[in-house]
Amino acid sequence: MRARAHVGPGRREARAWSGERGAAGMGEFKVHRVRFFNYVPSGIRCVAYNNQSNRLAVSRTDGTVEIYNLSANYFQEKFFPGHESRATEALCWTEGQRLFSAGLNGEIVEYDLQALNVKYAMDAFGGPIWSMTASPSGSQLLVGCEDGSVKLFQITPDKIQFERNFDRQKSRILSLSWHPSGTHIAAGSIDYISVFDVKSGSAIHKMIVDRQYMGVSKRKCIVWGVAFLSDGTVISVDSAGKVQFWDSATGTLVKSHPIANADVLSIAVADQEDSFVVGTAEGTVFHFQLVSVTSNSSEKQWVRTKPFQHHTHDVRTVAHSPTALISGGTDTHLVIRPLMEKVEVKNYDAALRKITFPHRCLISCSKKRQLLLFQFAHHLELWRLGSTVATGKNGDILPLSKNADHLLHLKTKGPENIICSCISSCGSWIAYSTASRFFLYRLNYEHDNISLKRVSKMPAFLRSALQILFSEDSKKLFVASNQGSLHVIQLLEGSFKHLHAFQPQSGTVEAMCLLAVSPDGNWLAASGTSAGVHVYNVKQLKLHCTVPAYNFPVTALAIAPNTNNLVIAHSDQQVFEYSIPDKQYTEWSRAVQKQGFHHLWLQRDTPITHIGFHSKRPMHILLHDAYMFCIIDKSLPLPNDKTLLYNPLPPTSESDVVRRRTAHAFKISKIYKPLLFMELLDEGTLVAVERPLDDIIAQLPPPIKKKKFGT
Amino acid sequence: MAALEDEFTLSSGVLSAGPDGLLGVEQSNKTDQFLVTDRGRTVVLYKVSDQKPLGSWSVKQGQLITCSAVCNFQTGEYVVVHDNKVLRIWNNEDVNLDKVFKATLSAEVHKIHSVRGTEPVLLFKEGAVRGLEALLAEPQQEIEAVLSDGEVIRWTKLFMVFRHPVLIFITEKHGNYFVYVHMVNSHTLSKYTLLRGQEEKSVIQSFTASVDRKFISVMSLSSDGCVYETLIPVYPTDPEENQRVVSSLLLRAVVSGSAPSGVALTVLDRDHVAVLGSPLSASKECLSVWNIKFQTLQTSKELPQGTSGQLWYYGENLLMLHGQSLTVIPYKCEVSSLAGALGKLKHSHDPGIQVMPPFVNWEASQGDGLGSQHAEQPRRILRRRKIEVSSQPAVPPSKQLLTTIMKDSEKHIEMELRKFLAVKTPDFHAIVGDLVTGLLGRCQVEPSFCPRNCLVQLIQTHVLSYSLCPGLMEMAVKKTDVQLLQLCLQRFPDIPESVTCACLKIFLSIGDDSLHQAEIDMESVFDYGDSVQGDNVAAPVDVLQNGFSPEGDTCLSCCQEVPAKPQDAAAATPTCPVTPQRAALLNAILHSGYSEAFLLPHLKDIPAQHITCSENATMTLPGIHPPTLNQILDWICLLLDANFTVVVMIPEAKRLLISLYKFVKSQISVYSELNKIEVSFRELQKLNQEKNNRGLYSIEVLELF
Repeated sequence: MRARAHVGPGRREARAWSGERGAAGMGEFKVHRVRFFNYVPSGIRCVAYNNQSNRLAVSRTDGTVEIYNLSANYFQEKFFPGHESRATEALCWTEGQRLFSAGLNGEIVEYDLQALNVKYAMDAFGGPIWSMTASPSGSQLLVGCEDGSVKLFQITPDKIQFERNFDRQKSRILSLSWHPSGTHIAAGSIDYISVFDVKSGSAIHKMIVDRQYMGVSKRKCIVWGVAFLSDGTVISVDSAGKVQFWDSATGTLVKSHPIANADVLSIAVADQEDSFVVGTAEGTVFHFQLVSVTSNSSEKQWVRTKPFQHHTHDVRTVAHSPTALISGGTDTHLVIRPLMEKVEVKNYDAALRKITFPHRCLISCSKKRQLLLFQFAHHLELWRLGSTVATGKNGDILPLSKNADHLLHLKTKGPENIICSCISSCGSWIAYSTASRFFLYRLNYEHDNISLKRVSKMPAFLRSALQILFSEDSKKLFVASNQGSLHVIQLLEGSFKHLHAFQPQSGTVEAMCLLAVSPDGNWLAASGTSAGVHVYNVKQLKLHCTVPAYNFPVTALAIAPNTNNLVIAHSDQQVFEYSIPDKQYTEWSRAVQKQGFHHLWLQRDTPITHIGFHSKRPMHILLHDAYMFCIIDKSLPLPNDKTLLYNPLPPTSESDVVRRRTAHAFKISKIYKPLLFMELLDEGTLVAVERPLDDIIAQLPPPIKKKKFGT
Repeated sequence: MAALEDEFTLSSGVLSAGPDGLLGVEQSNKTDQFLVTDRGRTVVLYKVSDQKPLGSWSVKQGQLITCSAVCNFQTGEYVVVHDNKVLRIWNNEDVNLDKVFKATLSAEVHKIHSVRGTEPVLLFKEGAVRGLEALLAEPQQEIEAVLSDGEVIRWTKLFMVFRHPVLIFITEKHGNYFVYVHMVNSHTLSKYTLLRGQEEKSVIQSFTASVDRKFISVMSLSSDGCVYETLIPVYPTDPEENQRVVSSLLLRAVVSGSAPSGVALTVLDRDHVAVLGSPLSASKECLSVWNIKFQTLQTSKELPQGTSGQLWYYGENLLMLHGQSLTVIPYKCEVSSLAGALGKLKHSHDPGIQVMPPFVNWEASQGDGLGSQHAEQPRRILRRRKIEVSSQPAVPPSKQLLTTIMKDSEKHIEMELRKFLAVKTPDFHAIVGDLVTGLLGRCQVEPSFCPRNCLVQLIQTHVLSYSLCPGLMEMAVKKTDVQLLQLCLQRFPDIPESVTCACLKIFLSIGDDSLHQAEIDMESVFDYGDSVQGDNVAAPVDVLQNGFSPEGDTCLSCCQEVPAKPQDAAAATPTCPVTPQRAALLNAILHSGYSEAFLLPHLKDIPAQHITCSENATMTLPGIHPPTLNQILDWICLLLDANFTVVVMIPEAKRLLISLYKFVKSQISVYSELNKIEVSFRELQKLNQEKNNRGLYSIEVLELF
């Protein structure tokens, strides 16, 4: 370690440096606290759990499909942008970890999990599709359609092929389930459940569901979910609030559990068939378990064991992983509730997870003009931050001399959601991309007026981008396309020039999702979902090096000014610093790895989504996740597990000695939360974009009203 | 319930039963066939269900059968000895005993034993034992003498213990009895001297024995009419030594000792013995079945024609010679109630049955009870002594205390108890239970004995529960000891609902005068004048109610807070319809745990006028430990549920019902108003939040340390 020998003097210097700013702390910041990012996540429609890869696919009401890696600290590693007409009603994994969805536009869609785009969409010709399920072997797909048909598709290596129809039913098929042996299926419709023989395709039983609930006759009883167990039992959940057990051999009702006053919307059974979970419109999730009637008797029965109320709105979908209950619904939260009896190690994985915000950055910022670009599903908003001349002490709210301005509202054309967007540092370029089109705009600022001009004639290869980045001097544009290639484009006044395309290594088509460029514009770092981080030399237009691969996906990337150190955050909360010129990890990074991060740092449950620097603060790294931000001062000693990582109270009467002893590198603040974006605008100015949950809830439809004061 | 069924006789005529009765009745290899040997020359095979003989064999004139014929269960042949030394073996097909297998032995045979699972075993008069096969291999083999001169075999029996035959025989010499246990397979013989206590002078008239895993229990019927039990270890500790065993009294005065034709005793099962003989008060002979556990007479049957004083029991049949004919009385013992076992069932008092003078030895009967070590003590000590263990173990203080309880005065017990409670012993829990059982046991025997202070002390140890001493509350109910009941209600976690109800009845019905005399814990009823005290009692006592603590249920308690206040205020103003003492008692009931389903049927038994009283009372009970509103309401609901028809009918309840109706109505209106303004609440909350909200945009100063 080069610096190791000089640790002593280095530290003294650092203290002197910070001493200029006042006490041994980081100094004061002016923080632009922004709450006008009016972002509302879409409600969750379906979840599908894949046991082999331990991944969870989540589809939202706007058609977005997200893939969460449950092994990687529940990181949202991939997403497919939504589409206005593609309302997903069903989602399932099949053999070979292929992902299919089906929706009300009547199409079955397969996703390409490598290139992160839609592989193909195929019309099932049965009207809107309400349900879909893969056969136990994973080689066949079954869809239930509006017209009452159940259609069987064969999955071929590159497509799906229609095989045949089952006996047509009177009304739409809302739910489907295969018998684990693959010989029979159960289909939930309106007012009844059909059991089909797969071989003949004919309905062998029709089980009528009682419309009445607690004496009140509803107009119709919709069977929202069915599950076929290997012993022949069919479990159904319906709009009358019942969970019912049927004997498929005789077509008779075996047992009925009325559990809710509202609809029971979803059901998922564990692979072992010893427990299942249902979700209701009241936001409650009930856990049912197969338990012995008496201790050490072999006779077992289904018992409703645990109710969970983690949702305020409809629980539209549930999934059952071997160790957790997963639920999602209209209130947009994805809730992962570990089953304590199944969790072997009582570590932080055993804690409840509530995922609300995407694990990617929706905001970009122009430091020079103090602009924020907000990305929504179908539009962009450009805001200019206000200003103040006042100063104050910690905690003061300063009087504004100028308020924030909403400069621009840019609506996309077409039904597709925006995938990514970026504003250049100078504020004069905006780029965004949908799944099929790439847009680049030139902005002109004349006093208070802004003029916007679209750069036309984008080349054909720039159809769709997963990530866009401008260089610090706004002269270059970097685009990660979904084919795995990286394009370098030179920006000229009003036009552009394609300089180069870094092609992916032969054989891989993995899309790059994260980009970082060095402030001097020489280096470009790009990371995909699984392979390591590639660093390209922009001047020489060649691959410089590849950072050794790490087990956990990268959640954020940034290159430090001056030193050109690449800082990489991973989903397991590890942070590495890699020197690009030296092609090796820095001494500081090694020291951190040697000592290990503080256990509280590693136990945070949201990933770091953004890393920032300022050229005047070379020793500082700004990182943030949804609930905290941290400025790491590399000149200070690292905290060990005995030191207090986060101390919200300012040091008051402590002597200088104590303060020096307890000061450590991680300066953490949890004032702003949920925090969607944070950046150092200049040396002493921060911008923090918060999105309070209450504001999101206020924009959701009202939940089912439950009386607070019972009468 | 043990019972004797109707008797029937087997056709006689073939048998020539002399005045001494039969020589023996033995089992055959078919279940309901018996070999009956008379004292002359004849062996008859009877089939009991047909009540007639299947075959009959006789020895030649001039010969005399000397021991009863048995069946060799391994071969199905019959074996008999005549003229003391001549062994005959035959089977069903043989007609004449003269022509069957014959072996002449070198010594005189006392008895042949045969049980299932082993070959017949012969016991010689001199005490030697041989298996049949070994003997037949060499009939003339020398037979050693085991017994001393003048020692006569009185009784003998063969058992199978863990598939090994064990022969036990009892000898007498000059009025002393000796027990020999001979392990047939291993040829080990152990000898015990039978020590007899106060019954020394009496003569043993009949023996019987049963065996369990480790002990052979020999019961003897003495001439004083009592049954004694002696436990003899199957496997002797030291076979060489002459050991002594002690007999202990099992049943007292079962028959009169001076029966003309002798008495007989046989074990029926673990708990029952049959005794043949004339009871004390009657002259006629009688067969009676006794329960040895409870020492009660189960049933008896008169045998007016007299018996030979012999009794055999095989399968489920008791066989005896009644008059001149062989009589079979089937015996049945079915699962019975305790009352039946105690002889208290009404139908057992048939006029035909001689009612014995009742005696209940509680001391002994507790031996099987709740682990009361004390009761077993004397017997245990005896048993120890018989194995010649001289060392007397140190009696633990709890046992000393128990003996004190049994004998000493109340004052002394109290003092001892206080000493005992001062030092906590490891097995405190169980011992306290034993002490209470002991005290209660004495109470039952001596009505004048009333160790109230001791009981109070014991209850206050907090370790007692209802199930540890079920008799305690029953006694208190019987004596209407309200203070004790209140204490129990407060301390016991597991009082059955029926007992709670009984307490309620007592509390409601007891006169005010007697209440004033009783020292009742008034903590739960606060002084009316001192209202400040009532207000600062916020936390209700921790009572588990239907399995949940009302405190823990935050939702309930917060809903409850609003209406609870007016209730308290209202409660302070009207005067309580019952005296504070009674109120305190009722509070104790309200605090006790219960399960609705079990309580409801008992509540129905409460007299109507008490219902109104109790309901009025529950409405207005303030106190230091006031029952929670939930507890009160639950009780009111339960009472109304149980008695609604009655309550509607009686005029006194009208006012109560009206006030209840008003109360419920006001509650409903409060809740519905709350529901109406819920939206406003929410808006207020929102406004409140907005005030805290700093708007959509601000510039703040942040200092990082």
